[in-house]
Amino acid sequence: MLAIEALISEAVQDSKRAIDICNACRYCEGYCAVFPAMALQREFVVADMDYLANLCHNCNGCYHACQFAPPHPFGINLPKSFAEVRLESYAEHAWPRAMGAAFHRPGVAMAGAISAITALVFGLMLALIPGETLFGVNTGPGAFYRLVPWAVMSAVAGVSLGFSAVALVMSARHFWATTRSALTQRINLAAIRTALIDAATLRYLGGGGDGCNDLDQSFSNLRRWLHHTLAYGFALCLASTSVATVFHHALAWEAPYSLLSLPVILGTLGGLGMVVGAFGLIWVKIATDPAPVARRVLGGDYVLLSLLAKVAVSGLLLLAFRGTTAMGVLLAVHLGLVLALFATLPYGKMIHAALRFTALLKAAVERQGRVAVSG
Amino acid sequence: MADFSRLYDVAIIGGGNAAMCAAISARQDGASVIVLEHAPKAFRGGNSRHTRNLRAMHQGPTSVLTESYLEDEYWDDLLRVTGGETDEKLARMTIRQSERVLPWMQEAGVRFQPSLTGTLSLSRTNAFFLGGGKALVNAYYGTAERMGVVICYDAEVIDLKLDDGFATEARITANGFPETVRAKSFVVSSGGFQANIDWLKRYWGEAAENFRIRGTPYAKGRMLQNLLDQGVQPVGDPTQFHAVAIDARAPQFDGGIVTRLDCIPFSIVVNQTARRFYDEGEDVWPKRYAIWGRLVAQQPGQIAWSIIDAKSETLFMPSVFPAIKADSIAELAGKIGLDVATLEQTVAEYNAAVRPGNFNPQKLDGCHTEGLEPPKTNWARRLDTPPFICYPHRPGITFTYLGVKVDERARVIMADGKPTANLFASGEIMAGSILGRGYLAGFGMTIGTVFGRIAGQEAARNARN
Repeated sequence: MLAIEALISEAVQDSKRAIDICNACRYCEGYCAVFPAMALQREFVVADMDYLANLCHNCNGCYHACQFAPPHPFGINLPKSFAEVRLESYAEHAWPRAMGAAFHRPGVAMAGAISAITALVFGLMLALIPGETLFGVNTGPGAFYRLVPWAVMSAVAGVSLGFSAVALVMSARHFWATTRSALTQRINLAAIRTALIDAATLRYLGGGGDGCNDLDQSFSNLRRWLHHTLAYGFALCLASTSVATVFHHALAWEAPYSLLSLPVILGTLGGLGMVVGAFGLIWVKIATDPAPVARRVLGGDYVLLSLLAKVAVSGLLLLAFRGTTAMGVLLAVHLGLVLALFATLPYGKMIHAALRFTALLKAAVERQGRVAVSG
Repeated sequence: MADFSRLYDVAIIGGGNAAMCAAISARQDGASVIVLEHAPKAFRGGNSRHTRNLRAMHQGPTSVLTESYLEDEYWDDLLRVTGGETDEKLARMTIRQSERVLPWMQEAGVRFQPSLTGTLSLSRTNAFFLGGGKALVNAYYGTAERMGVVICYDAEVIDLKLDDGFATEARITANGFPETVRAKSFVVSSGGFQANIDWLKRYWGEAAENFRIRGTPYAKGRMLQNLLDQGVQPVGDPTQFHAVAIDARAPQFDGGIVTRLDCIPFSIVVNQTARRFYDEGEDVWPKRYAIWGRLVAQQPGQIAWSIIDAKSETLFMPSVFPAIKADSIAELAGKIGLDVATLEQTVAEYNAAVRPGNFNPQKLDGCHTEGLEPPKTNWARRLDTPPFICYPHRPGITFTYLGVKVDERARVIMADGKPTANLFASGEIMAGSILGRGYLAGFGMTIGTVFGRIAGQEAARNARN
């Protein structure tokens, strides 16, 4: 028993101790999905901490409402405990497994990878593209592809994004397999629908109505809207790329597209959204009450948010200066950053999207089980 | 930082629900208000921090309450728990006003859980605060700060000078420094004396050292003593407190809701001599949990142990403290330090006395003992399935009943029956006027909110004149 205990991390032990107290209190049951999920059980195991920590949206409601929060001797600080468990959870579920090491010092690992990838792209472009092309003015259809051939650009993007998508799915599957034990029902369409709505609306950043404790004990929807702005901005940028691919392939229209074309409109709106969302979320992290924050995770959070901001800003600058001699350098920087983002998706904070959605799915399935049992 | 050279319209002594309702109400009526809270910011809010709901009269379903709960039923419930130790006029006024306080609370930032969600078995009579009492306290402080109420933490009132029924000034210690606060009206909302172990010892002797105080360690009763010493009329039995049997391993103060133990109806409870002392199955637990604090307080060493077997392990909310388990009664006795032979005999006698029946944990099931003293009249099942499981209990004190007498305008009454000129009271410090005995879930918050509002309004009005 002692040997097993020793293998369980401090973060998990701390959150389990907290959960035992939470489960005897339950005052926070109206805030989010974590507390109703916890109330379905009497005793908790390590896998439950993994599940509950990923179900937690870090809204801080339970910290500010907690009669047992520090400096109370019980010292309950669920948002902080769960954030630390999540970091271990990301390492545990990373695919391939060895990549879990990236989460030991998430900010450093991500920043290193991003620097290496952007430098590589820039260096390759500098080495392979003739100076007069890279530093000259390139306009008209196919201007970008005179620097990097379309096939190369789309192959690199497709392979990196595709691999990352597979890795995220594998992580989600592993998470599901290790935490599903208590389920009496199977995954079904209704549960998937509920989980999709919960994720798309960030329902549990709603704090039961008036939002979360973004900055202090007062309630606001700021973080929820900033996350929406960032996430949907990112989605618009992906949509822009998809439309552009259709233009290129199906219609044989080559980029750059005019300012009023669909890809440019989608990309511009999405880019602006990402800038606002990323800088806004960085500001929230700086301005918020530090007590319920786990410092260990901050590095990874800041690196991802600043990477998203840099991708968006470089894209917008490329749009603004595509007719000038700066286009080549801007394209090199932008492509490097986009590749860095795609390649690091499963090994940084972005993995939260896969695990959180899977946790929401499990919560939705569990709730069906409860209705079925009590009905 | 508070300006102590200023003459405030209203000074509030205390920082819990009743104090903040008074502060916000007085400020809404245009008064300048200073709140003097003994606790540091992290522990502000007195016992309100540990509360969860408020009992409210209502004519029909609302967003936070189901069905209806009318004045007469509410009054009957109060009459039953107090055994008549109440003041019908004040009580009925409180009940009637409870209907109107919910919208006011929501306006002041308090949020409620929707009815019929979660584990709310009281959703007909009680409105539940979303996030519980600390969230309510946070909301009130936030609102008060926005309205310009001056709030002093770490500010203990040492002496409120009463001159012929007129409060002139309060001598306080603010962050360790002596200061004087002057105001036209004072509201005292500083709670009971349950956290003052020396005071409890006056009635309970050394046994008080073994009591656990479920709530704030700041309820020292200093203002209560100060006012009684200056000729204010007392109300409520000074020797009495509301207590439940909590897990003995709870911290001395502030253990709150999570130290409760609901296993007694399914157990036998023994004291240090390893013998039973009361019918564990007398009535459903919500009607009996409050007598067990006193029962345990009367046992030697103020400790008792409830013992169940594996059959009952999942019938109650888990304790936050680990169950003490053993494969035999003898082993269990060894683990908790009781005499092995006596405990084995107690269990054997109990097992022999259990009559067959249809066990049902949800209702009075009539499963009882015969020829046993004291009997167990419901949920009596043999202790025969290991592991045997045990939890230690100590008395957990919620609040004391002694207080100051008030009238329906929340004015503090002097011993001669005359009201004070500018001193008002709300919350636990005056609750004994209405709740002289027993307890009704969520009624403490009702008294605090209703009288907090009255005290605040009256204090503001007094300051204007």
